Amino acid sequence: MKKQALKTVFRDTLPVLTGYLFLGGGFGILLSEKGYGIFWAFFMGLFMFAGSGQYLAVSLLASQASLISTAIATLLVNARHLFYGISLVDTYRDAGRKKPYMIFALTDETYSLVTQNQPPEGMGRQSYCFWVSLLDHIYWVCGCVLGNILGSTLPMRFDGVEFVLTALFVTMFVEQWISNTNHRPAVIGVCSTVLCLMIFGSQIFLIPSMALIAVLLTVSRKTARRDLHA
Amino acid sequence: MHNVWIVVVAALVTMATRFLPFIIFGRGKKTPDIILYLGKVLPYAIMGMLVVYCMKDVAFLAYPYGIPELLGCVVVAALQLWKRSSLLSIGVGTVFYMVLVQLVF
Repeated sequence: MKKQALKTVFRDTLPVLTGYLFLGGGFGILLSEKGYGIFWAFFMGLFMFAGSGQYLAVSLLASQASLISTAIATLLVNARHLFYGISLVDTYRDAGRKKPYMIFALTDETYSLVTQNQPPEGMGRQSYCFWVSLLDHIYWVCGCVLGNILGSTLPMRFDGVEFVLTALFVTMFVEQWISNTNHRPAVIGVCSTVLCLMIFGSQIFLIPSMALIAVLLTVSRKTARRDLHA
Repeated sequence: MHNVWIVVVAALVTMATRFLPFIIFGRGKKTPDIILYLGKVLPYAIMGMLVVYCMKDVAFLAYPYGIPELLGCVVVAALQLWKRSSLLSIGVGTVFYMVLVQLVF
């Protein structure tokens, strides 16, 4: 593996490094406040590797939720992963032995990097996806563990640092907007989600949003075809 | 022990959401047409969905009315349109937002 290529991958993942250290750190702190130590922080970071999913798990642990409600609540929060899989089925098709790991490690942030960025010279697409996944995973576990150890002893105020991930998605959104002349999917994505958030509330809006997006995109494909043949 | 089961179930459900599409649509030799199409357009829709998702807990009807979040997004988007450097937009935007929520609002 070329050093230069890996450097580029590292540079691409820098925003995620920042975001994950703080977001994972926040999770670790929360966990320690509820009385769960480094062992829990490490293994939850390693095996769940899902930001909002893990924050949710902390409250499920704290309230000693039933396994059924754990499953349903986790599904509601993480259902968006279904979409990532659907749009990467073809890209990951021939990823070989690394494929199960790449699928396991598919987070919001990894997804936006691998769908938006081009791999550096001398590195294949799937290799790029793999390294992004692995680095992001390492950052995340480090964040969870560090937060759990340091707890709330940190002297500086980091309020608002979680915005780094929002900012990441906004830049990706803008880049996609510039690089594509067909803005319909982007508009459908924003409007469907806003609409469903208003109707269904912040607990369960993701699944109806995804359904609406899938329907509208499929319909707009048909009309696009008809325009083509007209 | 129940604690361990909660984590196991949460981890398994999370994995299921990631593996399911590959299991359903990745089986055959060729990826179905509709999935190829969705694969092309979904990233654009999803990025919009994620931006909104990040705002899901912002109270737009109470002070400060989501102003820090909206201003932060405007700064990030404007910088990105101007300089096209993701690290710059993300770095400046995040610091700007932190100043807003810690010192202004």
